Amino acid sequence: MATEFVARGADLELVGIRKEFPGFVAIENLDLKIPAGEFFALLGPSGCGKTTTLRLVAGLDSPTKGKILIGNKDVTTDKPHERPVNTVFQNYALFPHMSVLDNVAFGIKQRKVSDPMPKALEALKLVELEHLAQRRPAQLSGGQQQRVALARALVNRPSLLLLDEPLGALDLKLRRQMQVELKAIQMEVGLTFLHVTHDQEEAMDMADTVAVMNKGRIEQMGAPETLYERPKTIFVSKFLGQSNLFVGDVAESNSDSVSINVAGNKITVPTKRAEKTTGKIAIGVRPEKATFHEDQAPTSAAGLNIIGPGEIIDIRFTGVSNQYLIEIPQIGKVTVFAQNVGKSPVTELGAKVWVSWKVEHSFGLSDLPAENGEGK
Amino acid sequence: MSKFSLGKYLLPTYTILAFVFLMIPIAYTFIFSFNDPFKNTTGWQGFTFKNWTGVCNNIDVCLAFGNSLLIATIATIVSTILGTMLAIAVTRYEFKFRSATNLLLFLPLATPEVVMGAGLAAQFLNVGIPKGIGTVIVAHILFTLSFVVVTVKARIATLDPKLEEAGRDLYAPPVQVFAKITLPLLLPGIMAAALLAFALSFDDYIITAFNSGTEVTFPKYVFAAAVRGIPPEANVIGSAVFIFAIALVLVFQISGAMRSKALAKKN
Repeated sequence: MATEFVARGADLELVGIRKEFPGFVAIENLDLKIPAGEFFALLGPSGCGKTTTLRLVAGLDSPTKGKILIGNKDVTTDKPHERPVNTVFQNYALFPHMSVLDNVAFGIKQRKVSDPMPKALEALKLVELEHLAQRRPAQLSGGQQQRVALARALVNRPSLLLLDEPLGALDLKLRRQMQVELKAIQMEVGLTFLHVTHDQEEAMDMADTVAVMNKGRIEQMGAPETLYERPKTIFVSKFLGQSNLFVGDVAESNSDSVSINVAGNKITVPTKRAEKTTGKIAIGVRPEKATFHEDQAPTSAAGLNIIGPGEIIDIRFTGVSNQYLIEIPQIGKVTVFAQNVGKSPVTELGAKVWVSWKVEHSFGLSDLPAENGEGK
Repeated sequence: MSKFSLGKYLLPTYTILAFVFLMIPIAYTFIFSFNDPFKNTTGWQGFTFKNWTGVCNNIDVCLAFGNSLLIATIATIVSTILGTMLAIAVTRYEFKFRSATNLLLFLPLATPEVVMGAGLAAQFLNVGIPKGIGTVIVAHILFTLSFVVVTVKARIATLDPKLEEAGRDLYAPPVQVFAKITLPLLLPGIMAAALLAFALSFDDYIITAFNSGTEVTFPKYVFAAAVRGIPPEANVIGSAVFIFAIALVLVFQISGAMRSKALAKKN
């Protein structure tokens, strides 16, 4: 056990990773580079290969093809116990036959670090649980167990900390609270965090960079704001928040903007926000960027997309906003969020409305929705 | 009379009767271990501690008992180790003929003892191994193995593989993962399996009778002696084993209760 463990985070690099299981391919071809000290989130639906990726990095599975480098050192064939990596497991996987303190001390004892117990206690202090050091894991609440699991990993000062849906088993309120704590701890210790989750809010809230994964590939990667404001594929536009999508043939295209014709309505996107500028393309807009107008169409102006008229077929009150579902003939259903600021006119079901949004809020996607998909 | 409830009296009565029925043979053995074997051993002759203090005056009983202890101890150790390894192998690893192995492991449980005893005896005869303590031990390892595998497998089923992965992730090489995580967590199951194996081996008569030749074990001795009337020394040993087993259970129960009490206090 002569491996040197760095105190700060290290880069993680995945090169051409492919993972096959009997009968299916979990990861097709994955290239990924996570800079040291970054909070990186892998976001995707269940079965997209994100947990498999994590297990490959931890060494619990080995890739069919490709290389894994941690701090520029090839660890592809290293066993899990030889890698400077620690994992916070989905259901914590705390050792039930050991006290909380022994759980936390396990890793540093294995590595024969001097004074393991004071160091373990220090780690418990970091997660504010030193008063429960002598308890058994079964005597702790879910949130406390989660923090023990975190301390058990952090105490080793790994180059890379892997988090496998660490907040998935907690209730919503505790989850939001732990998000804040986790982020604060990451800033404090300066480790590289690789966080796997299917909760888009969690990913956007905590991560510096988010990679959206789907069917064994990364669809798009970037800062949370970029991913949200400028999704590039149908999948990303729908997995990260909601989107209204419109499909049509390009009618006009120049260096400034691209317009499509959807059942007689002209919908425009700035060229620099469009992935594709010819043929049939999909243009989207976020529901909170759109507004609707009653009684008459708003005066058309440059820089404004207007569609309609349509009919309000559903209204949902969610507290912070009202969500309106508007059916526009030949276009389909459009969702509009109106912030609940107390002054908006109460619009009734069945009202005839037009929907508008600024052209600069449109985004053009690189692919088209599946044939049976509606505009939503 | 209107408040008379059948269940109120019937259930306790029935329970007490069932207990009495279960306890009579044990009580008989215990009481007759104090019988003074003045003339014969079937009727009550008088109270004495002689049988307890001089249990090995009847050297045959003690030799048989010693043989049984030896056989049961060795058979238990070997079959517990082998059975635990087998149980881990068939639940945790994928290999060719795994389901066939599972089936074969289960088969001895369903095989009548007479068949297994006679079959083994025939095999020992075939290969020319003289019958004795050695052949009995081999036979006992064989038939207790299945019980060990089944018991330990049940425990492994409740063990989350994630715990072992967490151990590997926390820098423990495979041997350490087994010693620090797998084994301690399986220990209650392994202990239960060992106790079961010991009990089965200790009181086995049929398979032993086929494979022991002239060697005498405790069950074999009692079985032969029962024709004439069981010697009080045999009753002493039977009672002692029973008391020892009850004491063991009590110690476990009390220590367990005290531990949970201590935990409750801490909270």
